[in-house]
Amino acid sequence: MSTVFEQRVTGFAGTDPDEGLSPAELAAKHGLSISGKRPSLPKYTRQLWSRRQFITSFATARLIAMYTAAKLGQVWQVMTPLLNAGVYYLVFGLLLGQSRGIPDFIAYLCCGVFVFQFTQSAILSGTRAITDNLGLIRALHFPRACLPIAFTVIQLQQLIFSMGVLGVIMLVSGQPLTMHWLLIIPILVLQSVFNTGLALIMARIGAKTTDMAQLMPFVIRTWMYLSGVFWAVSTFTAKAPHWAAVMLNLNPALIFNDLMRYALMTTVPESILPAHVWLITAGWALLFGLGGYVFFWLSEEEYGRG
Amino acid sequence: MIVDNIHIVYKIYGAGVGKGSATSALSRIISRRTSPALTEVHAVKGISFTAYKGEAIGLIGSNGSGKSTTLSAVAGLLPVESGAIYTDGQPSLLGVNAAMMNDLTGERNVVLGCLAMGMSKAEVRERYQGIVDFSGIQERGDFVSLPMRTYSSGMAARLRFSIAAAKTHDVLLIDEALATGDTAFQKRSEDRIRELRKDAGTVFLVSHNNKSIRDTCDRTIWLEAGVIRADGPTEDVVAEYEDYMKSR
Repeated sequence: MSTVFEQRVTGFAGTDPDEGLSPAELAAKHGLSISGKRPSLPKYTRQLWSRRQFITSFATARLIAMYTAAKLGQVWQVMTPLLNAGVYYLVFGLLLGQSRGIPDFIAYLCCGVFVFQFTQSAILSGTRAITDNLGLIRALHFPRACLPIAFTVIQLQQLIFSMGVLGVIMLVSGQPLTMHWLLIIPILVLQSVFNTGLALIMARIGAKTTDMAQLMPFVIRTWMYLSGVFWAVSTFTAKAPHWAAVMLNLNPALIFNDLMRYALMTTVPESILPAHVWLITAGWALLFGLGGYVFFWLSEEEYGRG
Repeated sequence: MIVDNIHIVYKIYGAGVGKGSATSALSRIISRRTSPALTEVHAVKGISFTAYKGEAIGLIGSNGSGKSTTLSAVAGLLPVESGAIYTDGQPSLLGVNAAMMNDLTGERNVVLGCLAMGMSKAEVRERYQGIVDFSGIQERGDFVSLPMRTYSSGMAARLRFSIAAAKTHDVLLIDEALATGDTAFQKRSEDRIRELRKDAGTVFLVSHNNKSIRDTCDRTIWLEAGVIRADGPTEDVVAEYEDYMKSR
């Protein structure tokens, strides 16, 4: 061995007052903790809370950056939902002429599309929240839950543009502006909590299994067809066995769609909503919100590992 | 900070021989066998050392000797196969290719980076000018309002270091992040490293520039092929390392 190494052995180790302790004991004596260890849940929550300004600033910056490469820039915020509505109007309204006895079908359809899109894009961006931001995760230290939460905030900000467009569509198709429209606020709060939870769950799964990013669009499309975006689910729950009908009616995406339609459209009766609808919705939001948070936190120390 | 006999093994999929076809991947998933194409690289083979507060430690060694791997493990970004790393506080790693948010402007990166490190908005406002001045990216025009993807590698590295150095770190790990900066910036960053040490932080510096190791570090660890070859006062270790490199 080199002479330098020998010098260290005599020079450094000899003056060490902690001599004779094992490294683990030494670490405990000086209050050191294992590097990259996951903080406790309350501590993690406190850290996350102290980053709330990071979450909102990150979301705003990303939203602005999203369309900087496009010439029309921020106009796309409004154009995207409008074009979406236009496509569905073309296919379902003009080509298929399919309203299945639903009054104000276009307004009904757009409401479903926009509300489901919020959940859909929260899931998709959640799946990529960790993998697309490895640079940031590796460069700086912050609670990783910031990222999926920030991406859900981005989707919420986009939904607010969509809701503006939707309001215009509602008024144009002859729906009156009523006090019921105020229900939008509790609905969006609950849906945001639900979506954040989903985004957190998908972020953890997506960080481990990168194949998920390929698979998710198919899962989401299936879910969309089951969630009464294009037609009233009651048309097939009427024929389905009782247990299947109950399952379908408990689908959270369907409930959010129907609640929003009930809030905005006088032609949608309260009878389409299941009994105790607010209780069920709050239950879904709490279950996924808290469950997703804990699920994400359980593997906090592993995000960013290559 | 204590590093106790750590071993790090990289598992690499898709390397080596073996069919990479979809059917063989499927049959592997069904039979739950590990991939035949899995190659293991034992990058770090039992490293132990203790670093104290206020120390600046240089890590030297030839390419592929395990320097960056060790730092990644200390930062908690790589799992250790065996052994343990104990630190006081969370180590921050500054790597040469640690991109931040490339599609956002330099200004946004400064603000978001500081917020992510846990500063408040008022603190960020207060420090913002200092960070931009320190990075020196405004010297050739208004670069701070351009997206970071338009920066040269040196400018990006300078801005990243400036952001990370704005906060006092318990343990700061610098992985060649200063190598791309010009001499004036290297001088500034070496001063900043000395300040960080005064605030009782521990600084690790990986560099192939022996001069900057001599200027900033008083202790140096020489890694070769995943084991510690020498650990001691910078002057002695670097001199021996230079002799070794010359003889090859």
